[in-house]
Amino acid sequence: MRRSFLAANPSVLWFLLALALVTLGVTVMAEAGMISTSFVKTLGKTLCLCLVAVAMDVVWGYCGILSLGHFAFFGIGGYAVGMWLMYARTEEIVAASLAAQALPPTVGEIRDAIGTQIFGVVGASDFPLIWAFADRHWLQFPMIVLLPGLLALVFGWLAFRSRVTGVYLSILTQAMTLALSLYLFQNDSGLRGNNGLSGLQNIPGLGGVGQDRISIWFFWGSAAALAAGYVFFAWIVSGKMGSVIRAIRDDEARVRFLGYHVESFKLFVFTVTAMVAGVAGALYYPQAGIINPAEIAPIASIYLAVWVAIGGRGRLYGAVIGAAFVSLLSSWFTGGGAPSVPLGVYTIHWTDWWLVLLGLSFVAVTLFFPKGIGGIFDLVAPRPVPDRQGDYGPDDGAWRREEGEP
Amino acid sequence: MLRAVLLALSALLWLPAAAVAQDLQSLLQTYRAEIEKPARKSVVEVLDALVASGLPGVPLFLERWQDKGVYLRASDGLFYYAAPEGEGYSLSAIGDGTPAGTAAASDLTELRPNGGVRKEISGALVEFQLSDPDISRRQAAIDAIARSGSADQLEPLRASIPGEPDPVLRATKERLADILAARFAATAEGRVAAIGNLADDLSVDVRAVLNQILATTTAVAPALPEGANIARELTPGSGALPADAAYARLVAAGLAPPVVGRDAIKAALAAHIEGGRVGDVAVGDLDTDAARLAVYAALAEAGVVPPTLTPEGQAAALAAHVFYEEYVEPDPVITDAARGALRAIETRVGAYQVADITLDALSLASIYFLAAIGLAITFGVMGVINMAHGEFIMMGAYTGYVVQQFVPDYTLSIILALPAAFAVTFAAGVAMERLVIRHLYHRPLETLLATFGISIGLQQLAKNVFGTQARPLTSPAWLDGALSFNDVVSISHIRIAIFVLALLFLGLILFILKRTRIGLEVRAVTQNPGMAASVGINPDRINMLTFGLGSGIAGIAGVAIGLYAKVTSEMGADYIVQSFMTVVVGGVGNVWGTLAGAALIGFLQKLIEWGNPSNTLAAQTYMILFIILFIQFRPKGIVALKGRAAGD
Amino acid sequence: MIRKLSVSTLSTVALLALAGGATAQDCPIKVGVLHSLSGTMAISETTLKDTMLMLVAEQNAKGGLLGCELEAVVVDPASDWPLFAEKARELLTVHEVDVIFGNWTSVSRKSVLPVIEELNGLLFYPVQYEGEESSKNVFYTGAAPNQQAIPAVDYFLEELGIEKFALLGTDYVYPRTTNNILESYLKQKGIAAEDIFVNYTPFGHSDWATIVADVKALGADGKQVGVISTINGDANIGFYKELAAAGVSADDIPVVAFSVGEEELSGLDTSNLVGHLAAWNYFMSAETPENAAFIKAWHTYIGDEKRVTNDPMEAHYIGFNMWVNAATAAGTTDVDAVRAAMYGQTFPNLTGGTAEMLPNHHLTKPVLIGEIRADGQFDIISQTEPVPGDAWTDFLPDSAVLTSDWKDLGCGMYNTETKTCVQIKSNY
Repeated sequence: MRRSFLAANPSVLWFLLALALVTLGVTVMAEAGMISTSFVKTLGKTLCLCLVAVAMDVVWGYCGILSLGHFAFFGIGGYAVGMWLMYARTEEIVAASLAAQALPPTVGEIRDAIGTQIFGVVGASDFPLIWAFADRHWLQFPMIVLLPGLLALVFGWLAFRSRVTGVYLSILTQAMTLALSLYLFQNDSGLRGNNGLSGLQNIPGLGGVGQDRISIWFFWGSAAALAAGYVFFAWIVSGKMGSVIRAIRDDEARVRFLGYHVESFKLFVFTVTAMVAGVAGALYYPQAGIINPAEIAPIASIYLAVWVAIGGRGRLYGAVIGAAFVSLLSSWFTGGGAPSVPLGVYTIHWTDWWLVLLGLSFVAVTLFFPKGIGGIFDLVAPRPVPDRQGDYGPDDGAWRREEGEP
Repeated sequence: MLRAVLLALSALLWLPAAAVAQDLQSLLQTYRAEIEKPARKSVVEVLDALVASGLPGVPLFLERWQDKGVYLRASDGLFYYAAPEGEGYSLSAIGDGTPAGTAAASDLTELRPNGGVRKEISGALVEFQLSDPDISRRQAAIDAIARSGSADQLEPLRASIPGEPDPVLRATKERLADILAARFAATAEGRVAAIGNLADDLSVDVRAVLNQILATTTAVAPALPEGANIARELTPGSGALPADAAYARLVAAGLAPPVVGRDAIKAALAAHIEGGRVGDVAVGDLDTDAARLAVYAALAEAGVVPPTLTPEGQAAALAAHVFYEEYVEPDPVITDAARGALRAIETRVGAYQVADITLDALSLASIYFLAAIGLAITFGVMGVINMAHGEFIMMGAYTGYVVQQFVPDYTLSIILALPAAFAVTFAAGVAMERLVIRHLYHRPLETLLATFGISIGLQQLAKNVFGTQARPLTSPAWLDGALSFNDVVSISHIRIAIFVLALLFLGLILFILKRTRIGLEVRAVTQNPGMAASVGINPDRINMLTFGLGSGIAGIAGVAIGLYAKVTSEMGADYIVQSFMTVVVGGVGNVWGTLAGAALIGFLQKLIEWGNPSNTLAAQTYMILFIILFIQFRPKGIVALKGRAAGD
Repeated sequence: MIRKLSVSTLSTVALLALAGGATAQDCPIKVGVLHSLSGTMAISETTLKDTMLMLVAEQNAKGGLLGCELEAVVVDPASDWPLFAEKARELLTVHEVDVIFGNWTSVSRKSVLPVIEELNGLLFYPVQYEGEESSKNVFYTGAAPNQQAIPAVDYFLEELGIEKFALLGTDYVYPRTTNNILESYLKQKGIAAEDIFVNYTPFGHSDWATIVADVKALGADGKQVGVISTINGDANIGFYKELAAAGVSADDIPVVAFSVGEEELSGLDTSNLVGHLAAWNYFMSAETPENAAFIKAWHTYIGDEKRVTNDPMEAHYIGFNMWVNAATAAGTTDVDAVRAAMYGQTFPNLTGGTAEMLPNHHLTKPVLIGEIRADGQFDIISQTEPVPGDAWTDFLPDSAVLTSDWKDLGCGMYNTETKTCVQIKSNY
């Protein structure tokens, strides 16, 4: 089974090889001091974005569900790991401070002191229910996948059961992520409102280890997660189940008439990709250092769709290329890396004009290169194009007219 | 300190100043420091002295002082009235207003009494203004009394009523006299009568005066005192008085010993550490509350520390006392009358509050409708997702701003801005349809992404052109202010205008779709483009026009929204998700559906806000959750099309 | 594909890193400017970036610092909080700047704090903030609550005789904390809990009709109502428009705002708002020779006579000049030496008087209360003596016992009751 899977998907091997080379190269250069810690962090974060883009590609490019809410799951993963990081880090500080007192602290005192430190004057020192597991990592870590999975399961079950599809589903997922971010913005939500969780780059128990080292470890972790996620999704979409999933994208009604329980397949894909998005978020935010509700605003999820579309839908490496390319290019342009273009009367500063350029290039990609950057590989090794009646397929957009209807 | 000395000095000087007739300037000089930097509490002294002097220039001086028209000249230390003239100021003398030459701005210091001082000045001016021939002065006096009434104003006010020529002002004065009399009339009968006169008045100041009469203080005693005007008894442990608050009150009144809390126990134990042990327990073992409590109890038994109070002891202490609210007003007749009047008023206020919320909800619904109606056409009728719809709203608002830069008359500029905004966004919509959307009609999900690309591009473009700072879009003067039915129900004119605009467009769109040739063609293309084309309709042209119409209305919505809120590059993004939900909740493909959706969302949001007034953000969160659930159970929206029109 | 891209990007960065491998005393001395030039905060922060560039240029014209030219290194964190941390790390490790001037909003500061403390950088934060923080590596040149909020409430109580308070704010940490402090303070001043109405709205809120009606209705029990507004940014425009439409004049219900300055007022017509208040440490209308010179320099630098100046600009002005003086006194730009030299530094305020840097990393500043004029400027109607900034407020029980003293105690969070240092690094 495994041999045939890899043999049938040579692109997986190529991808793993490329990823290994990048990881090795970055490690060597970082050790040699040729690239800075902040850039290693950027690259590590980019790998996490690639992972969530792969998940997005599976749910959109393969299953035809344009979810505009996958960054919500990414954010939940980040919050889940952030809660433990904050709690454990604060516990170290508090324990040291309370040890200096005349009486040994009670469990309640330690907890209160941690609460006061985390919530400051904005909240009480009582921990909200949501923090119930934050003190034990073996209970909190499973939340990284369980919470996004549960939310996706409930949301997906409700939506797919009522046969909400196409554009409607997109808007509904967008509403979901908007509601979540508005909820988290509230101070009463118990997750520190607009300030979010911060100082996440300081890993508890690793106080003596410098950020240059930690950033490399996280880079390796992100690369490993991306590799695992890539192989996992490649395995899912390549087997028989993959065929059913693609068939749902192309004609849901027909698959249903063939006797498949379409809702279960969609729910499975939606939930699994949400869980992987949670893992990606959990690896991303300790590198970013802070998570706050603005991270899961609807715009973030739309950008996710943009990356996948630019990279090329319906091929996993396309999503990776899209995410890496656009996010790195974006930080190069906004970081002032791109030289300004003097036009005589007016000088184009890319910090101002980059978004305009991105918007326009996005329109151009949708109009003229629906295969995205990944389409370039077809020039090298043409994909086998199935002989279909009509022009259904990922490259021309699944579902077409029907998507516009309820 | 300095102020105290000055006050003492001025108090000393007050007697001779009042006794000896002198001119205003020298009187002012006596209080120079206080007039230069007045404070609300101490300025009363100066005002009293000025009024008591009886000098003819005093009212004018007070008015000018209040309006920041009095200046101090540094070179001679005298006060002047001054008005800007050329580079400097032209001065006139304080006493008689005769011209006193000019002075440079650097030589003059403007006197700036703060809001509290200005209020005191208005109070002092009342007696001069109540019967002034100038109606605006009389009005100012009435306003001053209404803002801060005092007992000594009642008689002069009453005295001025018979001579009042203006009927409106006379009615106001009579009402104000009742309000003052309710608190300050000499006899109980007079007060009760005044309260009776006020019983059918809803306004805030009437409720204010009744509530002031009914002000209470909370007290605790072993038994209810005789002869006190008791408002009500409070039961400890009830919602109005939680048990721990009641006990804290007992402690504060010295009627019970304080509770020994966790911190106090900890401190007491820490104070009794001897050789690493407290009593016979090692310090290291005191890391639970139970262990600490046990050791503390042992210490208490030994009499070293005060004993802790058991919950039963606390309950007994509470039971042994009565908690009650007592009226500040000792006369029960008056409080009864006031309570009766207030109760009647509050029932009606409640009803009017519902009406006010309904008006707010209608207004919000009309704003949502206006923002979403363009989308309902492009999304609902054509099935095209236009993520750049919000940016069309923004373009409309900026068009309004640009028009105002060239046409300074606000009325004219709004009249010009509406069609201009329509034209600009119509053109933008048509251009977008021709260049982008036309190629994507069979790929709706991709329209979503392509228009999103346009949306972020346009937003950044607006930032580059207009800057990130919000731009002013000012409404004409006749749209300022509010339509006020009474002190509870009111709605601003601008919101009424938006409501009317929304109605207008509802009618217009219905008319276009149902009664015109083009509307017929639009409906035909919507239902079956192929068939429509074969009967001679050009679907390309119809799609273009429909898209232009939808975008154009977004532009007009932009002007309306800019007038009541703000004009920024991100204003469109605030409305886009909301607008999509309005359309989806209402039911796609139907203008009435959009109306129903906007009404549902507007009313729902106001309802949640009303239930939870301190957190508007929560209201928005719950509303979106409701919408998500609503769509699960009614996926086609409120007004679902049936049969052939649904396109199933 | 990825590899190629990364390698090319890497090589540029590597070049920068090699070029920047220098020690602090080397010329030029680099000044990091960490203000958003894009995104939602660009609205406020771009002005501060320009202010910094102007100050650096002025200092260079005076002959630089320690015999070196100053060089401003500007980066754009794009209103993205994680990016603030990334850019701060880049400034400190790649560009090796000697000091950073930047940030606006608490969340951006909290994002940067761990990086600055880890790498022992030096940050000057120029905006009013909620306090409850004291970092060894940050100098807070904006107002602490006791330098803005508390005096404004005192003014309400003393001068305007307000008996009932509506605390309206945007839902984020600065309004939340400030309102918590104010609630506690008002209760100590004898205002009952039911006379304090609190409301939080989202960023950019525009539908104010109900809230304004609620505030008007507060007057029904005969108490003088006042509004304390910590509403942020654009939302103010809708709020003030609704206030004006509802006919709420400053004589009926005065509003004092902590986040509305000259810059914000330029977005609306102020003729209906005359008399409403704002509390800051600086107003453009202050009549002093220093201020006149500063405004003139600003107008010359920016090339636009209409541009206004505001409070955070003054904070950067004082902060930058103090840093220059401290570095001159220390003879080096080494962070620890400069920090030691900062304590007790004095510099003239633009509004008169002298600001002094305290051992708790805050300034002494006068508190000004201004009334809005029809031309969008403020009439200064009250100016206090300089107030020393307090990192830990005295009006909340948890923080009343805390104090910050980096000079003698070497601790930013020192518990005066137990005489222990709670923590050296800050809680972010």
